[in-house]
Amino acid sequence: MDITPDHLILFRWGFVHLNATIVYTWAVMLLLVLAAWAATRKIRLDGPRSRWQNAMEAIVIGIRSQIREVSGRDGSDDYIPFIGTLFLFIAASNELHVVPGWHAPTGSLSTTGALAICVAVSVPIFGIRKVGLKKYLHHYLSPVFFMLPIHMISEVSRTIALAVRLFGNIMSGSMVVAILLVIAPLFFPVLIQALDLIIGLIQAYIFAILAMVYIAAAVHREDEKPQEQTT
Amino acid sequence: MDSSTWIGIISICAAALCMAIGAISPALGEARAIQQALSSIAQQPDEAGAISRTLFIGLAMIESIAIYCLVISIILIFANPFWSHVIAKSGG
Repeated sequence: MDITPDHLILFRWGFVHLNATIVYTWAVMLLLVLAAWAATRKIRLDGPRSRWQNAMEAIVIGIRSQIREVSGRDGSDDYIPFIGTLFLFIAASNELHVVPGWHAPTGSLSTTGALAICVAVSVPIFGIRKVGLKKYLHHYLSPVFFMLPIHMISEVSRTIALAVRLFGNIMSGSMVVAILLVIAPLFFPVLIQALDLIIGLIQAYIFAILAMVYIAAAVHREDEKPQEQTT
Repeated sequence: MDSSTWIGIISICAAALCMAIGAISPALGEARAIQQALSSIAQQPDEAGAISRTLFIGLAMIESIAIYCLVISIILIFANPFWSHVIAKSGG
């Protein structure tokens, strides 16, 4: 039994091997781009809105309100492209599990690792852009300078945790279904698969919210100081 | 018994133990978190949104410990590196 779609080679051309992860990632990308194109094709502010535009506005407003609740102040529009893309990509690739024969690209540690590294790189970028390089780096030395290795370890471990959490949830979902197909073939796998859809959506939400929490923690470092002094 | 049999026995026992012990403490932790969150929501229904969002994040953090155990067990059973090393060495 394969625990990751990386080993599933779909196409071989010379030394180029296309595995299932890459192909299904492309499928998700194509689907998202086509949906976005179809929704924004005839966008307009006045008059009756099309269904596509209405759905797209609902999604964007929902994501923005969630981001605003975490980041706490205006300026949430800076994060919508990154966080919203993360959420939509993970949610789409998890929910497409209803398509028979689908291998979710998030069930591979390569995909989730890449997404987690994107988050880990974007945190200092957003932080330095907001509070400046000196203030950002100063956080690593607070409260005392020998906390530096601990801050480093926490950055690395939370990135690994982000990747393994998503991978473990999605991979274990399809694995439990495969094992149940052997034990109780008819009814139970359907229920578990329905549960997997919920878990996939929750994990997409959690991945996006955790990325937002990390970014917000890096961005709001400037107001940590006065709070610490007053208490 | 040769070494591959021992590796098989120990891997399966380690996977079972890892999952069994590793599921206990996250279960207790999640139970406490949900209990606290439910009583907080019952006391302050207005804050239900913020409480449940924080609860979800916390649950994901706690749950990831169990997920690490699950990943290690599944690697031990389905993609055991020691097992494949022995199989490759014996030319199987």
